[in-house]
Amino acid sequence: MSLSEPRQGVSTKETMAQPSIDYWKHRHVLDLDDFSREETDLVFEIAEGMVEILDRDVKKVPTLRGKTIATMFFEPSTRTRASFEMAAKYLGADTISLDATRSSVAKGESLVDSLRTLQALEVDAIIMRHNCSGAPYLAAQNLDTSIINAGDGWHAHPSQGLLDIFTMRQQLGDLKGRKAVIVGDILHSRVARSNIWGMRHYGMKLVLCAPPTLIPHGLRDMLEKYSLNHVTIEHNLDAAIENADIVMPLRLQKERQQSGLISSLREYIQGYQINSSRLAGAKPDVLVMHPGPMNEGAEISPDVAYGTRSLIEQQVTNGVAVRMALLYLIAGGKNR
Amino acid sequence: MPEKILLNSSDIERALVRVAHEILERNKGATNIVFIGIKTRGVPLAQRLASIIRTMEQVDIPVGSLDITLYRDDVSSLSFKHVVQQTYVPFDITSKHLILVDDVFYTGRSIRAALDALIDLGRPESIQLAVLIDRGHRELPIRADFVGKNIPTARNEEIKVYLSEVDAVDKVTVMRTEEGKNELK
Repeated sequence: MSLSEPRQGVSTKETMAQPSIDYWKHRHVLDLDDFSREETDLVFEIAEGMVEILDRDVKKVPTLRGKTIATMFFEPSTRTRASFEMAAKYLGADTISLDATRSSVAKGESLVDSLRTLQALEVDAIIMRHNCSGAPYLAAQNLDTSIINAGDGWHAHPSQGLLDIFTMRQQLGDLKGRKAVIVGDILHSRVARSNIWGMRHYGMKLVLCAPPTLIPHGLRDMLEKYSLNHVTIEHNLDAAIENADIVMPLRLQKERQQSGLISSLREYIQGYQINSSRLAGAKPDVLVMHPGPMNEGAEISPDVAYGTRSLIEQQVTNGVAVRMALLYLIAGGKNR
Repeated sequence: MPEKILLNSSDIERALVRVAHEILERNKGATNIVFIGIKTRGVPLAQRLASIIRTMEQVDIPVGSLDITLYRDDVSSLSFKHVVQQTYVPFDITSKHLILVDDVFYTGRSIRAALDALIDLGRPESIQLAVLIDRGHRELPIRADFVGKNIPTARNEEIKVYLSEVDAVDKVTVMRTEEGKNELK
């Protein structure tokens, strides 16, 4: 950490001494495809300020005092939910969390109606996870309350994408020319999709590496359609990992074998597990990340997961800081 | 009214030297003192005070910087937001005489926010306030311990502090603004 450069601008009076943000337009955070470079940078800049709060003995600031943040998860989650709730609490907000599997949704209430109830209770933001891709978009269309997508189906997980790139920048500085490799179940990975969009601003190369069955149909068309030229697809891990700065294996769910997407776990491990002999082909100071939860011994070997090149713990800490930044931008101040 | 220069570079320097002397006198020397500047322009002012004291007393005083954005009382009523910047206090403030430094002392609301922020960082022996300009119009029962220059102002006047570290030039100016513009707080 260093004393950051004072920003340019003229102090007019004490209450105006800070630079104000007029280019943050988001009422919702749904995915990173509509985040400009400027907006992504802003999240990172604010998150750096939040990292300092996480270092303190008293991890509490009064910024969102009197605000209520709701989490509504229609799918199991431990770390994302805990991370968002801690972020809200450190900023002084009250949190309520609804476990949709045990709430009125289980009695047949529709998604929009459940969320309307939260809106009627005047919560300031709803953090939602849903197993259907696009569910947060439906919510955002039907509600005035801010929606933060904490993962929807296979589609997007914007806060994870932001924290991944934030962690890379923290370690490597400028990401221009750096090579990241995401390995594994790209097909079912909302983390990979959000990273694709997030990384497009930073001049990085991103290689998606998986057996052909775990690469989504139409991915190449999407990359072409949106000119996402920083992304390439590679089926051979040794080729993908060559000279990589960052390697990020994705969790391999054991059910994938039953559905026939991989022939056997043993074969997958041989072809795609990230372990120390595999990493020998990358840059000597390669960094390893993982969005969690991990299946140790499947997509990643334990010595790599807990080794010196692993950033997995930093990702968890940074996740809280990045989510604090998002909550500050979404729920702090009027933005309407 | 065009911008009028109230203090030039040497006026600012003289005011800071006097404030530095007063700080030393009040605290009976430079031991156990720390400076914390409020971002943005309190930080270079704190560094200047520390360097003046280093020349006089051959003592290095730690200087930190404080971002008060998260502690503002208007954060939920603002129609715009502020960029949160990093607070950087790489030393323990507990049991220290902490001199809080800011450029312009006006309503007192930033100082209140800064006090809240400091209490979260530790328990100093005392907190004292040093400002370059006191322009009056307090809205809270807060006063400064050390003032570089008292400048009585009208509310529709705008005081601007320029410091070479941030603005490439050292000066303090006053300008009359359109009615009501200053009410945007």
